[in-house]
Amino acid sequence: MKGEADSAVDRSKAKDGPAGGSETGGEKGDTPTRWIGTRPVRPDGVDKVTGRARFGADVHLPNMLVGKVLRSPHAHARIRSIDASAASALPGVKAVITRDDFEDRPSEFVPAGEMLVNYRDMVRNVMAREKALYEGHAVAAVAAVNERIARQALSMIRVAYEPLAHVIDVDEAMAPDAPLVHEDLITAGVEPPPTAPSNIAKRIEFVHGDVSKGFAAADIVVERSFRTCPVHQGYIEPHACVASFSEDGQADLWCSTQGHFVVRGHCAKLLGMEVSKLRVIASEIGGGFGGKTVVYLEPLALMLSRKSGHPVKMAMTREEIFRATGPAPGTHIRVKVGMRNDGRIVAGEAELKYQAGAFQGSPVQAGCMCAFAPYDIEHVKVIGHDVVVNRPKAAAYRAPGAPQSEFAVESVIDEMARKIGMDPLQLRLANAAKEGVKAAYGPTFGPIGLVETLEAARDHPHYRAPLAPGQGRGIASGFWFNIGGQTCATLNLGEDGTVALVAGTPDIGGSRASLCLQAAETLGVDATRIRPRIGDTATLGYTFLTGGSRTTFASGMAVIEAANDMIRQLRKRAAMIWDIDADAVRWVDGEARPAGANAGEFTPLSLAEIAGSAGKTGGPIVGRAQINAQGAGPGFGTHLVDVDVDRETGRVSILRYTVIQDAGRAVHPDYVEGQLQGGAVQGIGWALNEEYIYDDRGRLQNPGFLDYRIPVCSDVPMIDTVIVEVPNPSHPYGVRGVGETPIVPPMAAIANAINDALGIRFTDLPISPPKVLKSLREIG
Amino acid sequence: MMAKSHITTVINGDPTEFLCETEQTLLDVLRDELHLTGSKEGCASGDCGACSVIVDGRLVCACLVLAVEAQDKTVETIEGMASGERLHPLQTKFLEHAALQCGVCTPGFLIAAKSLLERNPDPTESEVRYWLAGNLCRCTGYDKIVRAVLDAAADMRG
Repeated sequence: MKGEADSAVDRSKAKDGPAGGSETGGEKGDTPTRWIGTRPVRPDGVDKVTGRARFGADVHLPNMLVGKVLRSPHAHARIRSIDASAASALPGVKAVITRDDFEDRPSEFVPAGEMLVNYRDMVRNVMAREKALYEGHAVAAVAAVNERIARQALSMIRVAYEPLAHVIDVDEAMAPDAPLVHEDLITAGVEPPPTAPSNIAKRIEFVHGDVSKGFAAADIVVERSFRTCPVHQGYIEPHACVASFSEDGQADLWCSTQGHFVVRGHCAKLLGMEVSKLRVIASEIGGGFGGKTVVYLEPLALMLSRKSGHPVKMAMTREEIFRATGPAPGTHIRVKVGMRNDGRIVAGEAELKYQAGAFQGSPVQAGCMCAFAPYDIEHVKVIGHDVVVNRPKAAAYRAPGAPQSEFAVESVIDEMARKIGMDPLQLRLANAAKEGVKAAYGPTFGPIGLVETLEAARDHPHYRAPLAPGQGRGIASGFWFNIGGQTCATLNLGEDGTVALVAGTPDIGGSRASLCLQAAETLGVDATRIRPRIGDTATLGYTFLTGGSRTTFASGMAVIEAANDMIRQLRKRAAMIWDIDADAVRWVDGEARPAGANAGEFTPLSLAEIAGSAGKTGGPIVGRAQINAQGAGPGFGTHLVDVDVDRETGRVSILRYTVIQDAGRAVHPDYVEGQLQGGAVQGIGWALNEEYIYDDRGRLQNPGFLDYRIPVCSDVPMIDTVIVEVPNPSHPYGVRGVGETPIVPPMAAIANAINDALGIRFTDLPISPPKVLKSLREIG
Repeated sequence: MMAKSHITTVINGDPTEFLCETEQTLLDVLRDELHLTGSKEGCASGDCGACSVIVDGRLVCACLVLAVEAQDKTVETIEGMASGERLHPLQTKFLEHAALQCGVCTPGFLIAAKSLLERNPDPTESEVRYWLAGNLCRCTGYDKIVRAVLDAAADMRG
C-alpha cells in the first residue's frame, strides 16, 4: 500500500498496450469499448442462485472428521498446564493438538493483505503458548468422528490457568502501570529505545511542513477528540476449511479465503512444510472484507489431519468468529485543524491510538497516512501508536485504518465550515487534493478524482433537495490508496475457440465477471465465450490475495497481458497459415487479418479457426502473464446523507444516501455500484450501531448477530450511486480499485448530518440511541 | 448413545428418509447427511436467515428446527427452486439485477422472497424490506436485492 499512490504516475509495463500491430487492447478509459462498461450476468451467477456454489463448509470428503477448538474463558491468563489425556482416550477422538504440536517461530514480518504478520505472533495466535491473551484464544483442538464427540472431548481437556490482570482500553493500555500483554515488548520507533516494556508496540510519525508555523497562520483552530469502537467485518459465511494430509507428507486444503497463496505460505511455515507439498484450493468465499486474509483454523485442521490420518473439517460458530477473529481496531484519535477565514486549511495535526488486539500490527500507519490525504495542506503532522490489548488481534477490514482517522478529520472539517459559515462542500473543493499535489503522506498524486466527486455531489439533486424540519444533511469525502502486486493469469484456448480463464484471486464480489470482460475486450471475442475460474495454488504461479481493492485492477492487468500474449501467438499462427511474416498480421475484432495490401489478400481467420488448426501450426495456444502490477490509482469518494432523529428513542434513521466515487473505469458497473452500496451500508452500521461490549473481566457480551446488530434490509433506504470516471493511466482500460473507499466517508457523513439535524457534534462511535438520548437530555 | 430417529419426510417434492440424532437440526441433516449444502449456516441462532427453508408452507430458519420435526412435513430448499433447466423468476431477477456479491446469503434471500411473493404478490418496497429483515447480507447494502424482488413480483404478476 505504501508507495502505491505515487506510482499512479509511473508508467508500468502494461501501459505499453497490446502486441505490436494489434488493434484491440490497451485503449484508454475514454475510448469506446465493446465489453468494458457493460452489465452481463456474472459467469458464476447460476451456481450462486441455485445453491450449487460450494463455499468453505460445503466440502465433504470420505472418512472426514470434525475438528473443534477449545478456547480460553479468560481475557488474560498464564497457561500452567494442559492435560488432554482423557480427551484423547475418548472413543471416536482421533487427534488432539495443543501448543506442543507447533514449533515456535522467530520474529519475522511478512505482508498479508494490507497488514503485516509476524510468524512468532501467528503461531501464538492460532494456538496460545505461554499465555491466553484474549477471551476466545485457542488453547487446544480435537478431531473426532462427529461433532458431539468432538465437543465432549473439548470438555474433557483440563487447562490450568493463572488469570492475570487484563486491559482492553487503548488509553488504559498506554498508562505506565498497565498490565503488560507481552512482558518483552519494547516500543519501536522511539529514539533512544525505551528500556522498559510497555503495551505500545510502535510509535510512528508523518510530518511535512511545520505545523507550528501553520497554526500560527490560522485564523481559527479546532481541536477535538474522537473514539471509535472495534467493528467486525461481519461476513455471513463463517471461517471454514477441510484439510487432507496424506501419508507422504503432501496435503490439500480447501478453505474460504481471500488469498489461497497467502494461506499456503502461512500454513507451510507453521507446519514446517515445503510450499509445493501443500495445495490450497479456494472455495467460494462468503464475504471477507479483509477478515479472511489471515489464518485461524487452517493450520489447526492441517495439524489434526496430519496427526489423525483423516481429512478434517473445521468451521467456526458465529460466537467463535466474534470472540476470536479480527475486528477493525477501536481507536482514540485527537485531531487539530487550522484554517484561514477564507476557508483555506493551513495546518493539520493528529494523534492516533489504535488497538492492535493481542498482537502488534494494527493498521495505524495507514490511518496516519490517510487522515489528511484528501486535502492539499502545507503543514501536516500525524503521530500514531500501535497498542496491544487483551482483545482478538485486529485484522484488515476494508480500507484498514482509514475509516477511523478520516471520520475524525472529516468531522472537524465540517465543524470548521460551520464556524466560518462556508458550505462544507465548497470548503472541501477549496482544499481538495488534485493531480500534482504532494499528499500529506509523501508522494505526489497522479490523476485523481476527488474534485470530480465533489462537483458531482454539488450538482446532484440530492444536494439541493429540501429537508423537513428536524432533518439533517451531511457530507464527507474519503480516500484509500488501493494496491497492485504479484499476480498471475492464464488463458487456455480450447479447440473450438472458447477460452478458459484462470485467475488466482478469489472472487468475492463478481470479479470473475470483470476479468472476463477485460479478456473479451482485449481478445475482441464475445465474453460468453470465456469461462473463468479461480485456480488453486498448484495451477498458477504465486498470486497475492484479493484485498486492497486490487483484483479487478491487478488480475485485470494480468488477464489483459495474457490476452496480448495469446494475440501474439494467434498472429504468428495466422502468419504461418498464410505463409507471411507475423508482423504483417493484425488482430482486429477477434480475428487475424493481413496488415495491409502489401501483406497479401487473405480471408480473415477467426479465433475458432486458428484454435481448430493449432495442432498443425505448433500445438496448444496458451496466453500467460505473471506480473507485479504497479500504479494502482488511489480511490476517492464523496457521500451525501440525510437523517432524521427520533427525539423520543434517540434512533437515527437514514432517509436518503448517495455515494459518489471515482472508479477510473467501471468494468462492470453493476458490481461497482454494489461495492459503493455495500460499503455505505457497512458504514451506516459502524456509525450508528455496531460495537463490542465487554464486561469488567474482559469477556465479550454480544458475540452474535442479535446483539451485534449489523444493518438489516428495513434499516436502510435505496443507496443512490454516481460513478465518476477519471481513468487510471497505469491500467490499459483506466481501472482503479473501488472496493474499500466506500467505507471511509459514511461515519463522518452521518455524524455531520446528525449535527445538522440536532446541533450536537457526536465524536464517539457508534452514535447509538442511548448516546443520542443522553445528549438530547443534556441540551434539554 | 441414544438410537437415531428414523424420519420420513418430503424434500423438494421427493419422498426422503433419513436417520438423525435428536439434537440435530434440520439444517445439520440437510447439509451433513443429505448433502443439500445450498442452505447455509451463518449463525445457528436464527439471526441471519442464510438457512431459510419452507416447511409446510411456512418460512423458517432450518437451524432452529429439529430434524425430527420434519416427520410427515414437506420441506422446500434452494435446491428445489428451479425446475429442470428453468430458473425461478426470482433467481433470474437476482442475476439480472446483480443482487448478489459473495452469494452466501443468496439462497436464504431467494427462499424468503419466494415465501413473501406467495403471500403477497404485489408488495411495496417497505413490505419487501421488513419481510427480508430476517436475512442478513453484508455485501450489497440490500439495494439490488430489493429491486430484484420487486421486479420479479411485477414479472410474476404478468
